[in-house]
Amino acid sequence: MYPIILLSVFGVLTLFLGFSKSKNILLPSTLLFLAIALGSNFVDWGKGPFLYFYDMLRVDNLTLAFNGIVLISAFMIVAISGGFQDNADAEPAEYYGLMLFSLVGAIMMIGFDHLIMLFIGVEILSVAMYVLTGSNKRNLRSNEAALKYFLMGAFATGFMLFGMTLLYGATGSFQLVAIQGFASNMSAASQSYIFYAGLLLLLIGMLFKVSAAPFHFWTPDVYEGAPTIFTTFMSTIVKTAGFAALFRLLNHSFAIYNFWWIVIAVIAVLTLLVGNIGATSQNSFKRMLAYSGISHAGYLLIALTALSKPTQNAIIFYSLAYSLSTIAAFGVLMLVSKEKTIEGQPNERYEAFNGLARQNPLLAFVLAVAMLSLAGIPLTAGFWGKFFIFTSAAERGIMWITVIAVLMSTVGIYYYFRVIISSYFKEGDTVKIRVAPFYQIILVLATFLTILFGLAPGIFEKLI
Amino acid sequence: MLTLLLILLPIAAGVITLLAGERMAKQLALVGGLASLGVAVFTWLQFDPAAGSQFGFKYAWVASGGISFAAGIDGISLLLVLLTTFLTPLIILSAFKNEYKNPAAFYSLILFMEAALIGVFTATDAFLFYLFFEAALIPVYFLAAIWGGENRIRVTFKFFIYTIFGSLFMFVALVYLYYQTPGTHTSEIAAFYQLQLSPAAQGYVFWAFFIAFAIKMPLFPFHTWQPDTYTESPTAATMLLSGIMLKMGVYGLIRLLLPIVPMGMEQWGFLAMILSVIGIIYGSIIAIQQSDMKTLIAYSSFAHVGLMAAGVFSSSLNGLQGALIQMLAHGINVIGLFFIVDIIYSRTKTRYLDQLGGITQSTPHLSVYFMVLLLGSVALPLTNGFVGEFLLLSSVFQYKGWLGAVAGLTIILGSVYMLRLFQKSMFGPKSKWVEGFQDLTASERAVLLPLVIMVFWIGIYPSTFLKITEPAVNQLLQLVNN
Repeated sequence: MYPIILLSVFGVLTLFLGFSKSKNILLPSTLLFLAIALGSNFVDWGKGPFLYFYDMLRVDNLTLAFNGIVLISAFMIVAISGGFQDNADAEPAEYYGLMLFSLVGAIMMIGFDHLIMLFIGVEILSVAMYVLTGSNKRNLRSNEAALKYFLMGAFATGFMLFGMTLLYGATGSFQLVAIQGFASNMSAASQSYIFYAGLLLLLIGMLFKVSAAPFHFWTPDVYEGAPTIFTTFMSTIVKTAGFAALFRLLNHSFAIYNFWWIVIAVIAVLTLLVGNIGATSQNSFKRMLAYSGISHAGYLLIALTALSKPTQNAIIFYSLAYSLSTIAAFGVLMLVSKEKTIEGQPNERYEAFNGLARQNPLLAFVLAVAMLSLAGIPLTAGFWGKFFIFTSAAERGIMWITVIAVLMSTVGIYYYFRVIISSYFKEGDTVKIRVAPFYQIILVLATFLTILFGLAPGIFEKLI
Repeated sequence: MLTLLLILLPIAAGVITLLAGERMAKQLALVGGLASLGVAVFTWLQFDPAAGSQFGFKYAWVASGGISFAAGIDGISLLLVLLTTFLTPLIILSAFKNEYKNPAAFYSLILFMEAALIGVFTATDAFLFYLFFEAALIPVYFLAAIWGGENRIRVTFKFFIYTIFGSLFMFVALVYLYYQTPGTHTSEIAAFYQLQLSPAAQGYVFWAFFIAFAIKMPLFPFHTWQPDTYTESPTAATMLLSGIMLKMGVYGLIRLLLPIVPMGMEQWGFLAMILSVIGIIYGSIIAIQQSDMKTLIAYSSFAHVGLMAAGVFSSSLNGLQGALIQMLAHGINVIGLFFIVDIIYSRTKTRYLDQLGGITQSTPHLSVYFMVLLLGSVALPLTNGFVGEFLLLSSVFQYKGWLGAVAGLTIILGSVYMLRLFQKSMFGPKSKWVEGFQDLTASERAVLLPLVIMVFWIGIYPSTFLKITEPAVNQLLQLVNN
């Protein structure tokens, strides 16, 4: 709960800091705010569960772990967001303020114990993201992306609200506990179809937010159009928060597992197919990462489909591994695409990475580790992420879905390795790519953690 | 603890090589390789064949899941560790004569590869085995893709995706087996041996393992990545691939497939056997047609590994012992042959048989070494190839007489393509490409001499090595037959 209060206050503070002449103060102050929020998050560690705000928000270790991932990701993203300084049109104070506010939404989504809290969280997060997507005001693609995201998002919100209404109608409460009780008392004779319909509609709304197929159509365009720094934000924080919320929701609907598991299973398979096959045909690295984000939603959905004992850890570990690699990948993309432009626009195609290993060996290494981790190659965190996902499916005895996932992993190697091939094996020009020291530290940190968790996943286990 | 040392020593040597920079890279890498060999020989001296898995270590890795970082050495492991540590310094030494750009990275990748291979051969935890199995791909992929030939990017990419594709099936099988273990689950390979799986489940697991290992070896019809990759890779990578990495597949069959799914073997072993035998004949026939020396040896390697697999699928003592001794022999021969091709190529700038000829006239040493390795490869008695091939063929013959007869053609076909290789390149009128051909230098002899000594050692007194593995193989067969 502390992070919610602190971040709200800090968000307002940041807006005021925007009045100061010096824009340079914003980045360090935001980092400081995030560090404080991160510290306050773990005050309650191991003490919970607590219920706050009239039992609308639950704080237990699960919540805190997800909060931790979200806040660490946010810290790293803000730390590499120095690019605004060069842009005369940019309004950094507003961006940082919105990021802080959106984190409040994310934390509400993670800890919700009441459907209204979920809705408020989703909306706070989404509205901030709509604005940030369109923050590159003079860029047509950014505008288009924002509009698309907003229109589609508004629809999804509609579905979600409708679903909540139906759930309320069926159970008479917004409380998750009450819903869980209703579900477990439901027998074959007293099935409530309104309840089923409500749950499905609510799931559709949530699946839209985590860009699962067939609700993924907005993802490539929005990810590509948004300024890269906010794409990073979207693909890590929105996804982690979304899956935390989905996990909580489905965990409480466990009594009717037989009803929804096949729905999620089909969506998981579809998401894997769409994400992986879509990614192979991209020429833009950024767009490929958008499809890769879809495919990772598919892997996470496999863990949800199984909903067995290892699922919780699988989702936490996978989100962390995915966030670290994604931040590293986008971080390198931002540096490289800024140096190599086509007609004044950043070059985000694979060719931009040609010869990167010569131009800047460190960046090439960071990128290679990120790609290996996303592809799930051993010795990286991504491998153990997939491992825990597969074990949760195996625990439930759904082996067929892991076979599909494995096939899709092979496809994944194809597109992740294209950028490794570009940077290591192809000749490029001899542009020097400069990296600010702090930026470099964040990238190295992400890489280090990826390899550390890859070598010793037990460390992570001890933390939880 | 010796096992841990064996795994960590090459990694440490690799890191030192990488940090030391360009000038000292070669020498440091060689010292690292020799040090590993020293430790391996020391292990051999300490080793007691009858005592099962030794020198092991076990650390909790994912404690709650019963997954541990555990390895140990039994007879089968020891033989392959010896092979790996014996060949790695020779591979490093064989690369001395070529100038590679960025040598520090080149040699350290070879050492990382060695560590991963030793890890595969010693792991006693299934997931550790898998981890090393995949990790071994990364160094060799970079070796081949950075320092390889013209089509290297496309070819090595195919190789990488192909082999990962296979091992992912093994991964699913391992996760499945892991969940079949009782209690809080464990991923010890020994625990997998105790599982009582239904015949249907054994069938699935059999195929998952089979595809993974068949692609790695490779067996027919999963071999299409192999000739291109062997041809396009720099010779050091080709040696690693053919001399050692291929053995990961055979080792996997022996260590995992046979004892875990004996009933799967009963159902599908015959089909696997047929595929292996087809591979033997098919590989030999294609080898006869080749004019690129490197491709020819690649196909010969494909044919030989088919015979090893056939021996394993016969699941008899002779078959397994034959496969193990043949792994050793094949590693030695194929590395020697690839090295000789590399020597010829670096002097004449061609590998095509129709452009070569008459090398013998100025090169007494090269001719002798080449001939000995070649005869080892065609399994002449008193050379290393004979022992393995004899045991393997006898096991296939016992399994099914007619299959043995078909597989036996390998002896004839093998001599055809190998002698053709020798005749076309070494004898005949001197071609314009081989003008001024120099005989072996001292460093080249330093690589070939140990290989030739081993050819005769294994050929004349194979029981040095057979007795290392025999107790372990017997133990394994007891598991299979129960």
